[in-house]
Amino acid sequence: MRPGPAGQGANGRDAVTATRRLNFLRLAGATAITAVLSLPALAQQPAAPSGTTIDAIRARGTLICGVNTGLAGFAQPDSQGVWRGFDADYCRAVAIALFNDASKVRFVPTTAQNRFTALQSGEVDMLSRNTTWTLSRDTSLGFDFTGINFYDGQGFMVKRSLGVNAARDLNGATICVQPGTTTEQNLTDWSRANNIRFQPVVIERLEEVVAAYVAGRCDAYTTDVSGLAATRSAQPRPADHVILPDVISKEPLGPLVRHGDQRFADLVRWVHFGLIGAEEFGITAANVEEATRTDARPEVQRMLGRNGDLGQMLGVDPAWMARIIRGLGNYGEIYARNLEPIGIPRGRNALWTTAGGLQYAPPFR
Amino acid sequence: MSDASVDPRFRRKPPRRPLRLSWSDERVRGIVYQVVVVALIGSVIYWLWSNTVHNLEVRRIATGFGFLQREAGLPIAEHLIPYDPTDTYLRALTVGVLNTLKVAVVGIVLATILGTIIGIARLSKNFLVSKIAAFYVEVIRDLPLLLQLLFWYTIMQGLPGPRQALNPVEGVFLSNRGLKLPWIIWEGAHTAALLACIAGIVLTWLYARQARAKQMADGQPRKIWPLAIALVIGLPILTWQAMGGPWDVDWPALRGFNFQGGTNMSPEFAALLIGLVTYTAGFIAEVVRAGILSVNSGQWEAAQALGLRHGSVLRLIVMPQALRVIIPPLTSNYLNLTKNSSLAVAIGYQDIVSIANTTLNQTGQAIEGIAIIMAVYLTISLSISLFMNWYNARIALVER
Repeated sequence: MRPGPAGQGANGRDAVTATRRLNFLRLAGATAITAVLSLPALAQQPAAPSGTTIDAIRARGTLICGVNTGLAGFAQPDSQGVWRGFDADYCRAVAIALFNDASKVRFVPTTAQNRFTALQSGEVDMLSRNTTWTLSRDTSLGFDFTGINFYDGQGFMVKRSLGVNAARDLNGATICVQPGTTTEQNLTDWSRANNIRFQPVVIERLEEVVAAYVAGRCDAYTTDVSGLAATRSAQPRPADHVILPDVISKEPLGPLVRHGDQRFADLVRWVHFGLIGAEEFGITAANVEEATRTDARPEVQRMLGRNGDLGQMLGVDPAWMARIIRGLGNYGEIYARNLEPIGIPRGRNALWTTAGGLQYAPPFR
Repeated sequence: MSDASVDPRFRRKPPRRPLRLSWSDERVRGIVYQVVVVALIGSVIYWLWSNTVHNLEVRRIATGFGFLQREAGLPIAEHLIPYDPTDTYLRALTVGVLNTLKVAVVGIVLATILGTIIGIARLSKNFLVSKIAAFYVEVIRDLPLLLQLLFWYTIMQGLPGPRQALNPVEGVFLSNRGLKLPWIIWEGAHTAALLACIAGIVLTWLYARQARAKQMADGQPRKIWPLAIALVIGLPILTWQAMGGPWDVDWPALRGFNFQGGTNMSPEFAALLIGLVTYTAGFIAEVVRAGILSVNSGQWEAAQALGLRHGSVLRLIVMPQALRVIIPPLTSNYLNLTKNSSLAVAIGYQDIVSIANTTLNQTGQAIEGIAIIMAVYLTISLSISLFMNWYNARIALVER
């Protein structure tokens, strides 16, 4: 307080004023804090799912796509920092349908733990990230799975030196597993059904859990067989690791979007079917130009946008599918480019129509 | 303080002014401001709540705590209470809370001991001892805890596999699966002996209190230790003998992939515990050093003049005074250790955060999951605070 020449009374009044000022400051501070706290909440309200996802993506100019943090063959940045892989190409396909530009994707790496909250909260528009289609995820988590682009199953990988040949031999073993996945629950279901006891080591980050397995903390590492193949291919000596023949679960993987916006779900769904359909018709990145001009099959003409208004029905350009194929190739080409080099054969992901596999596209009409 | 010493003028209450409904009345203004602030905060909370509920409904995300009764199906490696993946989420979360408490309690005890030793060592007149302590504190405090945890965990993983386990003493095995120790097969007699030991401690404490009261009255010191030994050690042994004296040791042995039998300390728990203890001890050491330095050097000199040895000065004169400075920041360090234990997620120790994360991932109920984590940490932290505040009030210098 300022030292004044005034007497006792004046000092007292000063004190009262100061107290009042202090009270006022306190009040102002409280109000400011309340206001600041409520601001982000107010700002969030328009993000409620009233507007359509497609409009929001168009307005933003980029598709935000949730992918894995780094899984060889599915989604992993290359030496230039460009995301490569099967799942990353699905994001690009949707971007081409919307913008005619494969580069208009922002890839957001998500862990097994945070992927669902990222999609629920609107941080990403879609997830293309080795996610198993289950009933509860389709309903109580508030998502829509738009199809199955990869039929997978859970398996085990062990070191060759361990001398284990079948999953049944793993009784008493220590098994490394990532938390928050169907993998974890499949493992317990399987151990109960087969009366196998195991010791879990549960680590969230993929790199850490693989490191723990490689260091010998666990006897076996379990995840989807595709993930095991990707991990094995990334090891300095892949031949030291064996993927056991047993597959203990069904893991249908595919892209997913938020529940409640059917237009966007339809688009993602039909991008996938378009890629399958193109392979069924034998249309590839190399021959798509020619096919658009010369292929006389009515369904091909409709799919490539020469006839009919399928693109308009989806709310995209008529030539959407032709552009996707020109940019990325059909399903078989995407698969061959990304997954076959790391040792995942087509297997059950072959076409039903030609090879008796599980992949099959509904008619384009 | 007797009534007679009170100035009679203080007994008179100041005259009460009636409350005027006017802006110039300080009390009216105060009430209005407070009502406005409370209403504002209340409405913001209500708005946040209703907005969340509305959005969850629109997105068809399940809400409520009904999931706690559902089957968890998640495997947990370490549990203090019996647990099976067929148990409910509630039990899984309880296991998580107990795992957090386990590492926090053991960590706090060890960090206090190590921190006190290092804090005192840093004040040592021995050049080497004090410099080593100073070096320890500076290095440990300056490195991020997560890095240290990963460092310890990597070291644990570098141990040999179970088939090549280190076997320094009969029945003790150290491998990358953890530290295996022989353990007695627990029976009713052991529980009874443990209860007898606790009863013995309580009785000893009561006797000591009474003995001190008597000493205050007649000045005669009474020996406590013979009774203490009889009650704390003799009573449990007698109880144990009376119930048949079972002593069957469960020796760990390599069977199949891993050691069976005995008791185990997992590499995850060990890495987390070592990381938390060494890290927090660095801070506690500084707190202890500050506390000791806060005691006036005159106290040291006076005590030395009485002929007390260095250790006795520290124990009887300096520490009781230093504790008053030490306890409040020590409480903060205990809270930090407890909260830092949530970094367990990174190295695969299944504490409450790890299990709640898995739960919210499987059920999709993030808000409930985070609320559970918050409630657990708040409860633990407030309990530590309350206890430490009570202790602080107890040891505070009583001025008469």
